[in-house]
Amino acid sequence: MIGEPAMNGDAGYRRRKITDAIFRWLCGGAVLLALVPLASVLYYVTYRGIGGVDLDFFTSLPKPVGETGGGMGNALSGTLVLVGMACLIGIPIGVLAGVFLAEFPGSRFSTVVRFSADVMSGIPSITVGIFAYAVVVLPMGRFSAIAGSLALAVIMLPTVTRTTEELLRLVPGTLREAALGLGVSKWRATLWIVLRTAAPGIITGVMLAIARVGGESAPLLFTAFNNRFWSQGIDQPIASLPVQIYTYAVSPFEDWHRQAWAAAFVLVALVLLLNVTAKVLVRNPVRGK
Amino acid sequence: MRHTDREYEQELQQLRDAVLLMGARVEQMTSGALSAFERLDLELAKATIALDEEIDRLEMDIDERCVRVLARRQPVASDLRFITTTLKIVTDLERVGDLAVNLCERVLELDAETLKPVRVSLVQMGDVVSDMLHEALDAFIQADAARAERVILRDNVVDATYAKIFPELLGYMIQDTKSVAVAQKLQSIAKYLERMADHATNLGEMVVYMVRGEDKRHANKLGRS
Amino acid sequence: MTAKADVSMSPPLLGVSSSEDEPATRVAGETRATGRTATTKDESIKIRVEELRASYGDAEVLKGITLPIQSHKVTAIIGPSGCGKSTFIRCLNRMHEVTPGARAAGRVLLDGLDINREDVDPVRVRRRVGMVFQKPNPFPTMSIRDNVLAGLRLNGLRIKNPDALVERALRHVALWDEVKDVLSRAGTSLSGGQQQRLCIARTLALEPEVVLMDEPCSALDPVATAHVEELIHELRESYTIVIVTHNMQQAARVADFTAFFYMGLLVEYDLTDVIFTRPKERRTEDYITGRFG
Repeated sequence: MIGEPAMNGDAGYRRRKITDAIFRWLCGGAVLLALVPLASVLYYVTYRGIGGVDLDFFTSLPKPVGETGGGMGNALSGTLVLVGMACLIGIPIGVLAGVFLAEFPGSRFSTVVRFSADVMSGIPSITVGIFAYAVVVLPMGRFSAIAGSLALAVIMLPTVTRTTEELLRLVPGTLREAALGLGVSKWRATLWIVLRTAAPGIITGVMLAIARVGGESAPLLFTAFNNRFWSQGIDQPIASLPVQIYTYAVSPFEDWHRQAWAAAFVLVALVLLLNVTAKVLVRNPVRGK
Repeated sequence: MRHTDREYEQELQQLRDAVLLMGARVEQMTSGALSAFERLDLELAKATIALDEEIDRLEMDIDERCVRVLARRQPVASDLRFITTTLKIVTDLERVGDLAVNLCERVLELDAETLKPVRVSLVQMGDVVSDMLHEALDAFIQADAARAERVILRDNVVDATYAKIFPELLGYMIQDTKSVAVAQKLQSIAKYLERMADHATNLGEMVVYMVRGEDKRHANKLGRS
Repeated sequence: MTAKADVSMSPPLLGVSSSEDEPATRVAGETRATGRTATTKDESIKIRVEELRASYGDAEVLKGITLPIQSHKVTAIIGPSGCGKSTFIRCLNRMHEVTPGARAAGRVLLDGLDINREDVDPVRVRRRVGMVFQKPNPFPTMSIRDNVLAGLRLNGLRIKNPDALVERALRHVALWDEVKDVLSRAGTSLSGGQQQRLCIARTLALEPEVVLMDEPCSALDPVATAHVEELIHELRESYTIVIVTHNMQQAARVADFTAFFYMGLLVEYDLTDVIFTRPKERRTEDYITGRFG
């Protein structure tokens, strides 16, 4: 062999080993560095918040200004209502849009839609809030849960659309062909086979979108506004955890600060729960008999 | 066009060469046997008999090569016909070699120059047979079906000659009982020659199959054209 | 939404038999189909392909193929890469047009009715002409049992006795004994050869008349291949089979008839025995003996 190198013991090999080790340490260190904010947030929120979490917190209304005690039952239910309605609007539209983009990837219209979705996902959430204000609040004459949900749905939409599209594209074309080969019509094949195969991934994407949207406060500031009582109807202002946290945090009251920390803890816990559930679902693709 | 796989092409070429060699040796044996008979050359007869050993060795070598090609290459179409033809041809050639040996053995037993006319007929018959063999081998190497067909037709001539010689010898034997021993040996030689012609005919039929894919064997018995 | 199993197409407009045609005899140099040793009785020809042309965009892949597919026989299509054999088989069940930009012209007569016509529903065609693909593709979200029933369920057909049907289909592909205790496991949990047989069972559950196979064994090991080939042999009794393969020995093993394609044209079509012992065309001879030039 030309210039047959010795297998061991030369300087080049040692140098390479050292370089390898250095880079490994650098990468590991970077990971640790990246984990620090997450870990500290989790730790601090838990530390400050867990004390304020009790049954009262989940069930009772906020007490009048000045009084201590009370809870954030309405904010919690409000967040659930807002996010729930946002899902009702955002998920179907988003998934169907994603299906459309995956089915007709080449058309001019698809390119436009895709581009719009990408742009939309970059719009600041407060801008979306202003949009919802102009479109829903002004005509209606008041703040409402509907307006808040719409704003959240708009924020959710691009993420769900693009995730759905990407995941549908990942499904191997051979599965589609197999379905077509069985004499299944094109749309049945897309919905029942392709979509179903991509479902776990799409659900994950949706859950992540929900987790993100659940923690948004800016778009809710002048759409859903806030409410110190249980919600009277979806055409009324409604409380939500993020907004409540904001309100309490900037207040001068110690008790409110305690409750804000508790709320933050609950919010983080919810987000964590959603993420974990999403991951667990992905691991079991075959459901049913 | 050559096979894309050069090793395969080489294997087939070597096989062809081996058959060529065997054919040449067999021709050598037949012409040697016939010359030995014509001139009653006992030395030549013995030398010719000795050649048979190489024929047997070549037969085994060629058989083995063929089996190897079948196992490793899964030949089809013309290649397949070539291999199966080769397998059969070497059997026929080996038999011709054995017949030449038998002929030489009869020559070694003959001592007198009696029954001249029959001997002359036999020599002529032998020339035809020798030529048939040569033509058949050429047809194989050149994949010439037309040439092979001509060989097949000449078998009739040989059969006719044999049919003539047999009663002639019978006549001699009845006439003069002292000539029975010689006549018998000549009869055997005639038989050998006739069978050599049959083998040459087989060769021709195999070549036609190899070239055209038509099986011409057993034409008279099975009523095929 | 269920409907009774209805796998027939709209009734043929004309009578079944086409004009009596003598098989094309070979003229030196011409490249038409030679069906000289094949039968010409119309009842025994399941699919008659006439002047089939196919293209992807501007590239013409099939340049006028005329070929009979004999009923209850296995017909193999062989040829080098790019000769159009996969395209051809996909034209037989209108799968070719699924690819964007793909077009086909010419007539494909299934029992006398041209399936290439505008008014023929490709979905219906595909229920009569099933397909097995190169890479086994069981539906990953479904169990073995559901995979077998998938074709029927997705078509909204009522299944009278699903368990019996599943068992019958799996027995038919010699898979029943291996999977009868694990029917609820995911379809993708089987080995490659088993997956391919599952896909065949899935196709057979719809009771098609013709089964198209596009290189069904190329992703399988020799043992699995042998199982599938044996299966093909048995399926012949109930179905008409067309198989595309780039493995000539496989064509020699399984097929009754073989067609050799080259650069979008049919070079030779005949009994497999004839093609592999004394082909008539020089190009066929060269290809199958390995003289590619």
